[in-house]
Amino acid sequence: MVEVKIGLEIHCQLTGLQSKLFCSCQCDYRGKEPNTNICPICSGLPGTLPLLNQRAVDFASMISLALGCSIPDNVMFYRKNYFYPDLPKNFQITQYNAYGITSIGVEGKVDYGVKSTKIRRVQLEEDPGRLIYENASFYTLIDYNRAGVSLVEIVTEPDFAEPKDVRMFLNKIISIIEHLGVCETRLDGSVRCDANVSLEGGKRVEIKNVGSFRDVEKALGYEIARQKTMSVRDIEIRSETRHWDDARKITKQSRAKEEEEDYRYFPEPDIPTILLGNDFLSLLKVRMPELPDERKIRFLREYNLSDHVSQVLIDNKDLADFFESAVKIYPSSPNEIANWIVSDLLGFIDDSKKEEGSLFSGLRIEAKHMAELVRMIDQNIINRNIAKMILSQITKTGEMPSYVLDKMNTSIIDNKAIISEAIESIFESEKSAVKDAKQNPNAANFLLGKVMQLTGGRADPKIALNLIKTKLTIM
Amino acid sequence: MPNHLYHLTADEVASGIKNRDFSAQEYISQILERIEKVDVKINAFIAVDKQGAVEKACSIDKRIRDGDRTGGLSGVAVGIKDNICTKDLKTTCASKMLEGFIPPYDATVIKKLKESDAIIVGKLNLDEFAMGSTTEFSRYGPTRNPWNINYVAGGSSGGSAASVAALECAISLGSDTGGSVRCPASFCSVVGLKPTYGCVSRSGLISYSNSLEQIGSVGKTVSDVVMIMNAIAGTDENDQTTKTTRPIATATTPNTVSLDRIPKYGLHQNKRNIRVGLVKELVEGADPAVSKCIYSAVDLFEGSDCNCEDTSMKSIQYALASYYTIAMAEASSNLARYDNIRYGFDSSPEGYEWNTYFAKVRNNFGEEAKRRIIIGSYVLSAGYYGKYYLKAQKAREMIKQEIKSLFEKYDVLIAPTMPILPFKLGEKINDPLKMYQIDIDTVVANLAGVPAISIPVGFSNCLPVGLQIMANEMEEQTLFDVASTFERIVDIHRSPEI
Repeated sequence: MVEVKIGLEIHCQLTGLQSKLFCSCQCDYRGKEPNTNICPICSGLPGTLPLLNQRAVDFASMISLALGCSIPDNVMFYRKNYFYPDLPKNFQITQYNAYGITSIGVEGKVDYGVKSTKIRRVQLEEDPGRLIYENASFYTLIDYNRAGVSLVEIVTEPDFAEPKDVRMFLNKIISIIEHLGVCETRLDGSVRCDANVSLEGGKRVEIKNVGSFRDVEKALGYEIARQKTMSVRDIEIRSETRHWDDARKITKQSRAKEEEEDYRYFPEPDIPTILLGNDFLSLLKVRMPELPDERKIRFLREYNLSDHVSQVLIDNKDLADFFESAVKIYPSSPNEIANWIVSDLLGFIDDSKKEEGSLFSGLRIEAKHMAELVRMIDQNIINRNIAKMILSQITKTGEMPSYVLDKMNTSIIDNKAIISEAIESIFESEKSAVKDAKQNPNAANFLLGKVMQLTGGRADPKIALNLIKTKLTIM
Repeated sequence: MPNHLYHLTADEVASGIKNRDFSAQEYISQILERIEKVDVKINAFIAVDKQGAVEKACSIDKRIRDGDRTGGLSGVAVGIKDNICTKDLKTTCASKMLEGFIPPYDATVIKKLKESDAIIVGKLNLDEFAMGSTTEFSRYGPTRNPWNINYVAGGSSGGSAASVAALECAISLGSDTGGSVRCPASFCSVVGLKPTYGCVSRSGLISYSNSLEQIGSVGKTVSDVVMIMNAIAGTDENDQTTKTTRPIATATTPNTVSLDRIPKYGLHQNKRNIRVGLVKELVEGADPAVSKCIYSAVDLFEGSDCNCEDTSMKSIQYALASYYTIAMAEASSNLARYDNIRYGFDSSPEGYEWNTYFAKVRNNFGEEAKRRIIIGSYVLSAGYYGKYYLKAQKAREMIKQEIKSLFEKYDVLIAPTMPILPFKLGEKINDPLKMYQIDIDTVVANLAGVPAISIPVGFSNCLPVGLQIMANEMEEQTLFDVASTFERIVDIHRSPEI
């Protein structure tokens, strides 16, 4: 078995800030007319000086602490010199540790599942502008709206052996960043990940341009297979940078660079050394929000949830927040609320939304609905089957459960989803009748009777019968 | 009312206008006439802002007539080195690369001068991007020495010193990275100050070497320079390297450090018992014509109850190498942004691959700027960083430490400003090393970040000699006191015939 080594470089924009890293332009550049969110500083006009945003230092320090890094007493910025049209100054203000440790965080460790990964460094830097390539044209357009936005770069040691570990780690990182409130990770391009892969004893290959975290896993899978195939055939693996081709789902060689680029790093003379130290750290620690690991422990202790359920909730901050809001409204049954969220509510969320992390987009349910639903179950006002029907309705309409129930009690139910929900549960409980009905169409009436019974006689019998017949034919 | 208002010092101009002895318009029209008459010979100005100057003069006169308060530099004609950004006024750095650059903002010092009601008469010549010691590396031709137009004016703020010496403006601003204000001040027989690093905001000064340079002031007298400093010194939220605004991360509140201005400077000409150290290496290393002038000034000074003694600065041997390594390294990076994509001269990038375009347009830098970009890139490259840049920083630290300990013994250190007399145009232009060597006396103050002033102390072969006085960090007041004492004792009152 050849050992695989994977390391990551994660770039995370500090979207929680108001302004850019070195000027007062807005941090939120998205959706603005090109080159309107700029000023003399971030467009690098002659004579301007960078003015460090102190809160960016606070945020980057919080990330460092959350990733178990130590924070040096003195922090400095360096210039990384290279020519590229998206860089207004033709150098990037970043951090660098080759001539002494001056980046905001170093030597951290992050646990995920049963594994852990070491963090080499956390550094604060400025985002470049964006190049816009128009199809089949002879020019490239530059939009500097993004130039100067604060970025935190998290560099891991090459501690990963499998792409799925990378995926788990990235989810953990996202949850941490969300909990810190420093970055809205679902904004397009706010979190970006480059990876490097090498086989035991082999050269290192960098993979860039990976659009989403799901693709990181795919790109790594492809790249490992590629390298293994080459190694089996005794073809030399070159040290190179490859780009992920999202359409073809392969990595391909970037335009070859003949020589190693020399960035001529040196300390940024316009920004004095930043003194952090113990007072700063103790203040920061007091202000640190609760982190996912701490929150999970609290969930286990305070709400007596199972390890699995806690983990599912914690892995997505929105879910954990939803849970806690519901518990706040109805504190008697946290376990019941958690179970309803994890085993039923999640079923209404499709995978693409889970991927984007935007769990609740499109769903109209709020914490108060969940709280009331569970209260009604606890008070035996409704049974679980009715509750499921109600939940289905709420996610679409955002009506209160009691209101939905009232409607169900007094009116004919002509909502196909609710009736389907009822049919679903009858099919579960009346397996032999279902079997019968498949042979004998008249037996479907028995099932209809059961559905009518369950819905208190309010289901529209025509619709119900049709749905039952359809379901029988597709089974 | 004197016949020629352009002879007046800043103080005389401001009080003359305020007392309505003459109007700002009368004064400024004489200045503009003077520029028209002599600048064809001197070439101190890159651009003259006649209209702006006249308008400002009118508004000052009106306010004085209306009995409104006006600022400390009311009506005083000031010239600005053309690497300091002036809103709506071309700022070229004497380079093709910034030919069409009109800054949309004023440098902090310009804002402050305007608030003090100074009149900006124009932009002054310099070596391209302030890289040079003679103002010969200007796209707009060399500035000539008003005392003899076949000689160099010094540099890089040649325009700043020559314009004041030639009475084309009362005072001027320059920038001093390794002596760029003091060198031409010495060569043109005017007073030139490089303040403590961080004493004056660099916001709006087009960077050559950020960790070394400061905006400096030039005047006919020490009093002129004090007046300028009272207008421009002080912390600035737009320059985090100005003193007392060092960013300190607090985790709770943004920067809460006070932004108080530095206290007003004064002039005390009769200080006694000043402890003066004469830097042996620099006096002995100078041309005898220069050191003779320095010694006779020191003799006069000793007669006024001050204690002068020889002292030694051993680390001086590393100063030039350290200075040029750091300056060029920073310059190579600072000048990278000039790619003619966002501003610059008329040349379209359309149809070019970007690397090819960068190479094409950046070929428009002058020879000296190119030389410094190349050397600077070299000393920063991965294999040589430790050998050159890091060593230069260590030497700089040594020099700082030695200077610090010298100021425990002395109030001021004195030396020649320049080791040689002004020389002929073209004499050293093809020998960069010889050119760099003449900065030996001035670079120390930049490396250590301490203030230094050059004042006229005499002439040799009809060419000016300047004396340099250095004081400890933020001890500008001491510097002014000693400088004006020297000024009073040496007592030179001469203007060049042009």
